[in-house]
Amino acid sequence: MAAIARMIDSDLFWSFRRSPVTVISAVVALICVLGAVLAPLLAPHNPFDVATLNLIDAFKPPAWAAEGDAAYPLGSDDQGRDVLSAIMYGARVSLLVGFCAVLFSMVVGVSVGLLAGYAGGAVDGLLMRIADIQLTFPNILIALLVDGIARAALPSDVHDRVALFVVIFAIGISAWPQFARTVRGSTLVERNKEYVLAARVIGISQLRIMLTHVLPNVLGPVLVIATLGLSNAIISEATLSYLGAGVPQTQPSLGTLIRIGNDFLFSGEWWIAIFPGIALIAMVLSVNLLGDWLRDALNPRLR
Amino acid sequence: MAPLLEVRDLRVEFPTRRGILTALDGVSFSIAPGEVLGVVGESGAGKSMTGAAIIGLLEPPGRIAGGQILLNGKRIDNLRYDQMRRIRGREIGAIFQDPLTTLNPLYTVGEQLVETIRTHLGLDGAEARKRAIGWLEMVGIPAAAQRVDSYPHEFSGGMRQRVVIALALCAEPKLIVADEPTTALDVSIQAQVIALLKGLARDKGTSMMLVTHDMGVIAETADRVAVMYAGRIAEIGPVREVVKHPKHPYSAGLMASIPPLDRKVEHLAQIDGAMPRLSAIPRGCAFNPRCPEVFARCLVERPALLATGATEAACWLYDAASEKHAPEAMRHG
Amino acid sequence: MLAFIISRILQALPVMAVVALISFAMFAYVGDPVAIMLGQDFTEQQRQALVASLGLDQPFFVQFGKFIWNALHGEFGLSYRLSRPVAELIEERAPATLELAFCAALVSLCIGVPMGVYTGLYRNSWLSRFFLTFSLIGVSLPTFLIGILLILVFSVWLGWLPSFGRGDTVQLGWWSTGLLTVSGLKALVLPSVTLGMFQLTLIMRLVRAEMLEVLRTDYIKFARARGLANRAINFGHALKNTLVPVITVAGLQLGGIIAFAIVTETVFQWPGMGLLFIQSVNSADIPVMAAYLMLIALVFVTINLVVDLLYYAVDPRLRVGGAKRGH
Repeated sequence: MAAIARMIDSDLFWSFRRSPVTVISAVVALICVLGAVLAPLLAPHNPFDVATLNLIDAFKPPAWAAEGDAAYPLGSDDQGRDVLSAIMYGARVSLLVGFCAVLFSMVVGVSVGLLAGYAGGAVDGLLMRIADIQLTFPNILIALLVDGIARAALPSDVHDRVALFVVIFAIGISAWPQFARTVRGSTLVERNKEYVLAARVIGISQLRIMLTHVLPNVLGPVLVIATLGLSNAIISEATLSYLGAGVPQTQPSLGTLIRIGNDFLFSGEWWIAIFPGIALIAMVLSVNLLGDWLRDALNPRLR
Repeated sequence: MAPLLEVRDLRVEFPTRRGILTALDGVSFSIAPGEVLGVVGESGAGKSMTGAAIIGLLEPPGRIAGGQILLNGKRIDNLRYDQMRRIRGREIGAIFQDPLTTLNPLYTVGEQLVETIRTHLGLDGAEARKRAIGWLEMVGIPAAAQRVDSYPHEFSGGMRQRVVIALALCAEPKLIVADEPTTALDVSIQAQVIALLKGLARDKGTSMMLVTHDMGVIAETADRVAVMYAGRIAEIGPVREVVKHPKHPYSAGLMASIPPLDRKVEHLAQIDGAMPRLSAIPRGCAFNPRCPEVFARCLVERPALLATGATEAACWLYDAASEKHAPEAMRHG
Repeated sequence: MLAFIISRILQALPVMAVVALISFAMFAYVGDPVAIMLGQDFTEQQRQALVASLGLDQPFFVQFGKFIWNALHGEFGLSYRLSRPVAELIEERAPATLELAFCAALVSLCIGVPMGVYTGLYRNSWLSRFFLTFSLIGVSLPTFLIGILLILVFSVWLGWLPSFGRGDTVQLGWWSTGLLTVSGLKALVLPSVTLGMFQLTLIMRLVRAEMLEVLRTDYIKFARARGLANRAINFGHALKNTLVPVITVAGLQLGGIIAFAIVTETVFQWPGMGLLFIQSVNSADIPVMAAYLMLIALVFVTINLVVDLLYYAVDPRLRVGGAKRGH
C-alpha cells in the first residue's frame, strides 16, 4: 500500500501532465486497448463469421481510394474480410498474449529474484547463473525454440488446441531473467537493512518479511520492466506469428494478419499488410513511451 | 595592493519547478595576491558553490544571476565558454574533493599532466613530459620518472591527491580554488597534503581559496577566513581574529563547537536547530531562528557586512542604529 | 594475459555444456525420431535396426558422450526434413548469414555510435530530439515490419532494390560471397538495414546514456577545470570512458544480430542459417534445431571472449590484477 501511495505521489502526476507525448501515448494506448477489448461490440464486421464473407468484396482498397467502399474503411483482404475488423480482433489476441506473457514472466521472475536474493549462497548462485545463460540468448530465439519443441513433442491436434498457451509460455519464459535480476538486486539491498534484521530478531517469518518489506520497494522497477516488457512481448508474439510459429491461424493476431498481407504486397494490395502493421506500431510505440516516461519519472537521477 | 580576485555581490540561482532557489545571495569578498582565504560553513552553506561560480563551472541549471567576479580587475563571470576555458587551469586552478574520482582512470597521470601543460603553455611533447615529471617530484611522488607512466588506480588516495595538486598547479595559475581538498583522505595524510599545498602556494606566490569545514585546517593555513551561512557570508576577517574573537553569533557558535585541545570540557557547545533549506530561508537575517541574540530588527531587515574591529560581520548587533544588546552577552561557551 | 583468456574460456565451458545438454535432450527425447525417419511402412526389424544404428538403445551418458563427440567433429546427424547431413546444410548457408550479419553490424556501429555521441553531447538540440524520436520508433518497430516497409517503398513502389534472395554470388572455395557482384551488393542493402536497425537504435541509446553518465563524473569536471579544449574532453576523455561499457553491451548485441537474422532472412527469403532454422521449427526438424542452437551458443561464447579481450585492452584497471574487474 505504501508503494502505491508513493507512486500516486504528486511528482509522478506532475511529470505526466507536463509531458504531452506521454499524455498522447496514454490516449493511444487506451484506444488500442478499448478497441481490442470491445471488438465484438465496435467492429463493423465479424471477420470470422464465414456466412457474412463474400468473395466479391475481396481486395477492396481503403474507403478513400477511388474504388473504395465505405463499408470497408481500411479495405478488405483476399477473403473479403474487413481489414479494420480483422485488426480489432487481431489486437485482442496480441494484447491477450502480451499481457499473459508479461504476467507469467513477472510471477516467475519476481519469485526467483526474491528467493535468490533472500536465500543467497548456492541457491542464489545457481539461479543467477541460469538467468545469465538465458540472457545470453535473444528472447525471440528462446521463444522459437520452445515453440519448436512443443510442436515436435505434441501431436498436431493437441498442439493446435494449446497453441495460444504455448506462445504465452514461450514468450513469458524468455523474459523472466530481467525481473529476477532487478528484484534480486533490490532484495539484497533490503535484506541487510536494519529494519529487516530487527524484524527477523523479533521472530517475523522470512516469507512475511519478504512480502511486506522487500516487495513494495521493488514494485517501481518491476512496473517499469513490465511496461517495457509488454511492448516486447507484443513484438515477440507478432514476430512469432509472422514467422508462422505463433498463434494458430484460426485466431489470427496482428502478426498473422501481416503475414497474410505480405503475400499481396507485390500485387498492389498493400493495405492488407500495412494497416495491421500501423496498428501494431501504434500499440507498441505508445506502450514504450509510457514505459520510458515511467522509468524516468521513478528515477529522478536520469532526468 | 590591488586584489587578485574580487567577488562583488554574487548571486547564484537554481530554477526549479517549485520556483527559483537562491543558492548564493550577495556574496562579496576579495583575495589579495599570495593570500590564502579560508571559507568555512556547514554543508549546503554555499562554500563549494562559490568556488564553482569562480571557475565558471556551476552545475546547470545553476546560473549567476547577479553580481560580478573580477580577476586582476577584469570581469570573468560573463565570458563565453571558450574564453573562460583559457582562464581555467592557466589563471585559476582547481582541486576537487575526492582524488579517487577526479582523475580519468583510463589515462596515465603523465598523459593527463602533459595534456594540461601542452594546452596552456604550448610546449612540445618531450618538454611537457619533463615538466610533468618535475611537477610529480615537486608534489612529493617518489620515483617520479617511473611513476609518470602509471595509471591513477596504481596510486594510493593521498598520492592521487598529490597528483591532482600537480595537475592544478602545472600551468602555474595565480589562484587555486581548493574545494575540500583533504576531506576524502585519511586523517594521517590530511596534514601532509595541506602542508604541501601551503608550501607550494607560498613558493609560487599563488593565492588560494580554501573551502573546507575543518576549522583546524583553516586556522593553520589561511590568512583570512570567510564564514558562510545559508548562501551568505556571515563574517569575514583575519583568521586569528575570527577564531579568537568571533563577532557574528553564528561564527561564535561555530568556534565554540570546536573541541579545545588544551583542556577537558564536559560537553561541547552546539547551535540548536539546523540551517534552513534554500527554499525556506527566513526573512531578515537568515540565522535569526537559531540566534541566541535575536531581536526585532533581525526578523525584518537583512544585515549587510558591517565593519567591527578587524573583521566584518553581517549582524545588526554591530549597527549603531540597532537597539543593541550588550555585545558581551553573546560571549558564552 | 594468458591466465585471463584461460579463465574466460573456463567460464564459457559450463554454458556450452548446458546448451549441449539441452540440444541433446531435444535430439533424443522430443518427438520420436525413429517414427519420423521411418515414415509409414516399416517392420519391427527395420525399427530396431534404426534404433541400434542411432544408438538410442544405449544408456543416457553414453548417448550424450557420443553426441558431444560427434558435435565436436561437426556431425549432427541427418535432417528429418531434407534427409541430408545437418553439417552440410549449415556449411552451405553459413556464408549468407555471416555476410548479412557483418554488414548489419557495420551499419549499426558506424551510424549508431556517432549518433549516440552527438545526442549525448548536444542533448537539447533539435537534431538530438529527432534522433531520439527516430530511435524510439526503431525500438518499437518489429524487425519484420521494418523489412516489409522497406520492401514496399524501395522494391514495390520505387523498384530500386531487390526484395528477396542474395543476387549473384561468387564461389570462393566453399564460401559463396555476394560481396563481389553488383546484384549481390544491391541485394544486401535492404536486409542489412533491416537487421541492423534495432541494434543501431539500441547502440545509439546506450552510447548516449553512457555519455551523459560520464559527462557528469568528477574527472570530466576536473578536465574542464584544467581548461582542456572541448574536443579533447568530449572525444579524448568522455568517449574513451564511454567505450568500456559500450563494448560489452554492443558486443552482445552484435551476437544477437546472428540470431535476429532468423526474422530478416524470412522476410527477404535470404538463403542463410536463419531461414533454415525457421523451416526446421515449422516442420519440427529437431537435428537442425539442435545443431543451430549449439552453433549460436558457440558464436555467443566466442563474442563474449572477444568482448572481454577488448575490455582488457581499453581499461588499464584490468591489466594489473589479472582477471580482476574494476569499478
